[in-house]
Amino acid sequence: MNALKSREAILGGAILVLVALIASRFPGFIAPANIIAVFTDTSPLMILAMGQMVVILTRCIDLSVAANLALTGMVCAIINVAAPGLPVALILIFALFMGAALGAINGLLVWKLSIPPIVVTLGTMTIFRGVIFLLTEGKWINAHEMSPSFTGVPRQDILGLPVLGWIGIVVAVVMMVVMARTTLGRAFFAVGGNPHAAVYTGINVGRTQFLAFVISGMLAGLTGYLWVARYAVAYVDIAGGFELDVVAACVIGGISIAGGAGTVVGTLLGALFLGVVKNALPVIDVSPFWQLAISGAAIIIAVAFNAQSGRSKGRVILKSAEHAQ
Amino acid sequence: MSLTETAPRQIPDRLRSPLAAKLKSWESLLLAVAIGIFILNSLASPYFLNAWNLSDATFNFTEKAMIAFAMALLIISGEIDLSVASIIALASTAMGVAMEMGAGTPVLVLAGLTTGLICGGFNGLLVTRLGLPSIVVTIGTMSLFRGISYIILGDGAFRGYPSDFSWFGQGYVFWVISVEFVIFAVLAVFYGVLLHKTNFGRSVYAIGNNATGALFSGIRVDRVKMILFLLTGLMAGLAAVCLTSRLGSTRPSIATGMELEVVTMVVLGGVNILGGSGSIPGVVIAAFVMGLVTFGLGLLNVPGIVMSIFIGLLLIGVIALPRLWSMWRG
Repeated sequence: MNALKSREAILGGAILVLVALIASRFPGFIAPANIIAVFTDTSPLMILAMGQMVVILTRCIDLSVAANLALTGMVCAIINVAAPGLPVALILIFALFMGAALGAINGLLVWKLSIPPIVVTLGTMTIFRGVIFLLTEGKWINAHEMSPSFTGVPRQDILGLPVLGWIGIVVAVVMMVVMARTTLGRAFFAVGGNPHAAVYTGINVGRTQFLAFVISGMLAGLTGYLWVARYAVAYVDIAGGFELDVVAACVIGGISIAGGAGTVVGTLLGALFLGVVKNALPVIDVSPFWQLAISGAAIIIAVAFNAQSGRSKGRVILKSAEHAQ
Repeated sequence: MSLTETAPRQIPDRLRSPLAAKLKSWESLLLAVAIGIFILNSLASPYFLNAWNLSDATFNFTEKAMIAFAMALLIISGEIDLSVASIIALASTAMGVAMEMGAGTPVLVLAGLTTGLICGGFNGLLVTRLGLPSIVVTIGTMSLFRGISYIILGDGAFRGYPSDFSWFGQGYVFWVISVEFVIFAVLAVFYGVLLHKTNFGRSVYAIGNNATGALFSGIRVDRVKMILFLLTGLMAGLAAVCLTSRLGSTRPSIATGMELEVVTMVVLGGVNILGGSGSIPGVVIAAFVMGLVTFGLGLLNVPGIVMSIFIGLLLIGVIALPRLWSMWRG
């Protein structure tokens, strides 16, 4: 437990050093307005990472989150164009349900047919994107076609922070409570930590994995509406490749890809790290084309670091046998 | 493995079965599907049964299949490489850089292959030396390799490859038999022999079924895995040579999403995604199935992104349907 805490401290420290370095050359970066902007900009990644965290904890992976986001966002936009008078609250609830339903498809295939999660979500990733094309024939839905209330909600300020940022905070707090204080939260850890033991303690492993996919899908659906409304545009390729950023945030945040280990705070810090890097690049005048390579390098460094610190200190019988597993 | 002076004991992939069971095997099922699609296609479009059109159709799968052969071995050994499409991007970019520096065709090819080999080696080192899970490593290098391509190229492109370079992707060896198809056929035989007829192939199966057991029976697990990652990288480099030569230009977004199609091809070919079983003939037939499906849909004017729905459904369907069938029966 101490090791976990220190890992988060190291990551938090790394973010602070990074911010301090940038601020020493460009003081404007730590102006309150900019910090709020960076946080708000990172919120979609944080929300998605919360869902991905739960999925990875149960030894699965969800590569379809960005496609789910794009499909749900597009359907929200289509509904808004068809019925501009519909209250945003209803659209928000619809987005949660639709995202959860798409996540449930992944979950059912993993639970009932025991298909490996990576195969399922690689498949649904392309299927969801393809369905957007079928719905729209590749057309875009632009800002002027959406109602002002639809696009306005995520940007509305409450106490100086836009609603998008507040939703990020609410999701994080809810997930902290779920993971620490509910039987479901403990079940996620148990299933990932040792599925066989989990069965003997009366946990339905498949069902728990199913619920993890539903949560991940639900949060992807929520982000779908927020994304489309914030950028005021919907098309086939929105958030293309974003699933990698989401997995990266989790891995950097110390979520073990082998399941069962990781924390909400770590994941949030992982997302914030990527958010700070992404927002800092234009400030320090580095081409945004660097971002992809940096997040790739960050994933590798983080997973190598986690593997070194997480290696068990048990007696080594045959040295190279460690690698074979 | 060099110790085995005497003939190694035969350990079959699966127990020898009578003809009836062989007919029910995954490969024969797949072959029936391929023939079915072939007949459907020739009924659906009058342009299908034309030697040149069929020759064009092979380009839909030859480059992917080159990677799929090596990927099949890698997946059988229990690992995976999701970075292959990004290796193509980086190898293609390296060829572009070499071209800008005035290199001729042999150097271009060498640049592509070497880049692929280095990328594969990088993946392999991270997996075998640091003991990291290959899925995370290659998700990371997937961003890293393509990211380097973006750093070099930005939103630009390399054009103007020498005219003799186009031989790899656009040339024909004999009548309608393209250079790429010949490479595909040669590699199919090479990987078929490597997996099914050599000690190396046996050790790949052994590692996929039980890596610890394989290690204790004297197989150098890390070395075999390292070779498989190198081979996969090399094949991605080769595919980059062919693809760049065929397109005649390099963009950092080249071959985006191809890793999905390669994995689909391997899984469709009957390779267990969890490792331990699969065959090269299966992958060869799967390559033809996917090529025929995309070509047939293309003749019917179905757009590319809709085809990807079919690929996604195919990927899930080929695993789900047998399981649904046995659930329904039992």
